[in-house]
Amino acid sequence: MKPFNIYLSGVGGQGIGLISEIILRAADRAGLKAIGVDTHGLAQRGGIVSSHIRIGEDVHSPLVSKRKADLVISLERHEAVRAASEYLADKGSLVYYNTSWQPLPVRLNKAQEISVQQVADFCQKCEYQLFEVHHADLPDPRMQNIALLAAICRNNLVAGLAASHYEQAMGDLMSGKMLDANLKLFNRLVSH
Amino acid sequence: MKNFADMLLSREAFSEIVMGNTAVVRAMIEAKTRVVTSYPGSPTPEIASAIAGIKPEDRPFYFEFSTNEKVATEVAYGASVNGHLSTVFFKSVGLNVAADTFVQLSLMNLIGGMVVILGDDPGANSSQNEQDNRHLARLSYTPIFEPADPQEVYHYYLAAARLSQQLHIPVILRLTTHVCHAKQKVSFAAWQPTDIDRTPAFDVNNGPYMPLTSLVFPMKRRALNNLRQVAEMNDKDQLNRLIDNKNRRQGIITFGLPFLSLLDTLAESGGKPDILKLAMIYPLPNQLIADFLTSHEEVVILEELDDLMESEIKRLAFERQIKVKIHGKTDIESWVGEYTADKVAGLLAAVWPEMAAKPQPAPAFSVTVPPRPAQMCPGCGHRSAFHAVKQALAETDIKVADIGCHTLGFMPPYNMWQLLMCMGASTGIGAGMSLCNDSRRVVCFLGDSTFFHAGIPGIINALFNKHNITLILMENGTTAMTGHQDHAASGRNFNQETEKIPVRSVLEGLGVKNIFEVDTYQQQKLTDMVKEAVAIEGFSVVIAKHACMLKLMREQRRKESFQAKMVSIDQTTCNKAHVCVSAFACPTFVMHEDGSVDVNPDLCIGDGSCLQTCPTKAIQRPESRKGEI
Repeated sequence: MKPFNIYLSGVGGQGIGLISEIILRAADRAGLKAIGVDTHGLAQRGGIVSSHIRIGEDVHSPLVSKRKADLVISLERHEAVRAASEYLADKGSLVYYNTSWQPLPVRLNKAQEISVQQVADFCQKCEYQLFEVHHADLPDPRMQNIALLAAICRNNLVAGLAASHYEQAMGDLMSGKMLDANLKLFNRLVSH
Repeated sequence: MKNFADMLLSREAFSEIVMGNTAVVRAMIEAKTRVVTSYPGSPTPEIASAIAGIKPEDRPFYFEFSTNEKVATEVAYGASVNGHLSTVFFKSVGLNVAADTFVQLSLMNLIGGMVVILGDDPGANSSQNEQDNRHLARLSYTPIFEPADPQEVYHYYLAAARLSQQLHIPVILRLTTHVCHAKQKVSFAAWQPTDIDRTPAFDVNNGPYMPLTSLVFPMKRRALNNLRQVAEMNDKDQLNRLIDNKNRRQGIITFGLPFLSLLDTLAESGGKPDILKLAMIYPLPNQLIADFLTSHEEVVILEELDDLMESEIKRLAFERQIKVKIHGKTDIESWVGEYTADKVAGLLAAVWPEMAAKPQPAPAFSVTVPPRPAQMCPGCGHRSAFHAVKQALAETDIKVADIGCHTLGFMPPYNMWQLLMCMGASTGIGAGMSLCNDSRRVVCFLGDSTFFHAGIPGIINALFNKHNITLILMENGTTAMTGHQDHAASGRNFNQETEKIPVRSVLEGLGVKNIFEVDTYQQQKLTDMVKEAVAIEGFSVVIAKHACMLKLMREQRRKESFQAKMVSIDQTTCNKAHVCVSAFACPTFVMHEDGSVDVNPDLCIGDGSCLQTCPTKAIQRPESRKGEI
């Protein structure tokens, strides 16, 4: 099997660690060899956070090489374009949650905010498959990562991973009310 | 939910997806390590997070966060000479702090054994440099094992502990950032708990333990003899791997994460060199390497950071007159940064282009994305304090930062600092800058964990030598930057409640006359106090005190009664002065194209510290949000 590389990005505080570990564990539950690595430390303080997942028999370093990701997952609009530009391979897919955490230069009025249209144009010109995710009715903004996960599952963006694998992985990592609320959202969005 | 603590204590063999920092904890348990110490610092604090998951009464070893890396090393040393296998772990630059003790370890007969886990940081992901601590291992005659992935982290810790116990020497387990944090399924062996032997085995006859004048020489000879013996053992170490592709022309010697990067680039290029991958990287297995050199026409030394191994291998080839072309580091870039697969491909392409994976060109179309520098959290007390302190100081005043979350204030729009060095350095540097200087006032910053770690000597010096500086002590009750570890003023240590050692009491005890104290979020008061403090001739301290807001809010959220709140902006009162978004610059504020300002509901924590900054009082008091779970 050809290696399948996933690069995830977002802003510190968006819950990238959880979605990343769910996918890693879901791949394991599906019987695939998977390795990964997260960024920790300094970058978490409102800066860019990233995570790497590599699935396949012939993968070694946990880090995805530049422009060799088959799938880029981003929790934020600016970071979606930044990550896809740097990591997405030709014919790759970008899936992102459409929310904007304005970078400092935007807030200082020194740069333009990236628009939804710009993301779409970028993907069209680079021939990337694009999946934009947004739900106005999320019970909690901290559940955007699970909404994104549901879109990944529904569109079968990681081959070989079924809803049951994601659910088992969520069960590995969460419990009680948090698990119930996240599973409920996941199931609702996967089946719609 | 999986119970990772129970898993770490499993009697049965098992496999689980864990990061390197977790794998090493199971290895400590299996090796019957009895005392573990640390001071928090990336990339290693998650080792303590894994330990924290195990209830103190269930832990088969004692663990503490000590006040700094030097003390942590001393505690682990003390336990070892009393017969207990011990381990100390900390980040790369932590070894600089620990060095005074660390360099002596190899002179001592460590009857219990001792493993020193170093979290080096190639790529300077979260450190002030990317120093290669193999230099200090060499300086102190200490062997090093370096794993490439979490499975090896587990095996190599066990090997390091065995070697340490066999020869009674310190052994380093050198981890790098992406080995600490890499996740993979690791297979662990079975474990049978045994009671801790509480007999203190310390005996001066095992020594000497007094390295003084002429006593030093036999101790040094013993250390060097041990090192020679370890090098010979390394020749036969089964953990070293030879990947024999029957390529007698091209060989590569490497270790650690760069080995995995190499395999990735070769998987893509189809290149098949022979590879010698070392497990113990100091002292080197001379015979093994000599044989490898002899059997290849050309050998590439693939070595992240500095050229220690290359120098030794070249010396070996010279001494034994081996005819081989050795390719080592060429330009400065080969000394800089992490050896990712991309980096390794670039280095390999310069020697054997057919072995290197091809870099991908940039995408067909590009969009300029505004940079996103790291910053302080929404509602952070440092932001509030910066805003206030700035009002009290002149542009020309010199502001010295220390290590901690507040360091991030060097970036726009705050531009608070002009200097930074290392833990606890701000008062010493500030004192120097106040000398022969009659016009620019000097203000130093320090966090409370750093105060205990290495800040106190600089403060005593400022008092003792009557330096004219002001110290602003940001007291948030925790070690925030590395993930909220408790310190001496927190009221808790890693294991239990403790009596607080208040920062203020320490200062008073030292005899600091001019102490001001204010809630971090009281901006006007803080401004006034800083003005007053800097006007004083001599040493003055302003304590800005408030619990870390991120930690506090996380604790609040866990309560049943918690009500999430957020501020709002009265658009009719707002005159677009933009103080909140541009100067105060809490990431919560959103700037619209028409210049109007809004609040990002994903980010606002409802602390309300921004209210004080609005000149037209357009920011409304935090109110409960609707419909959240």
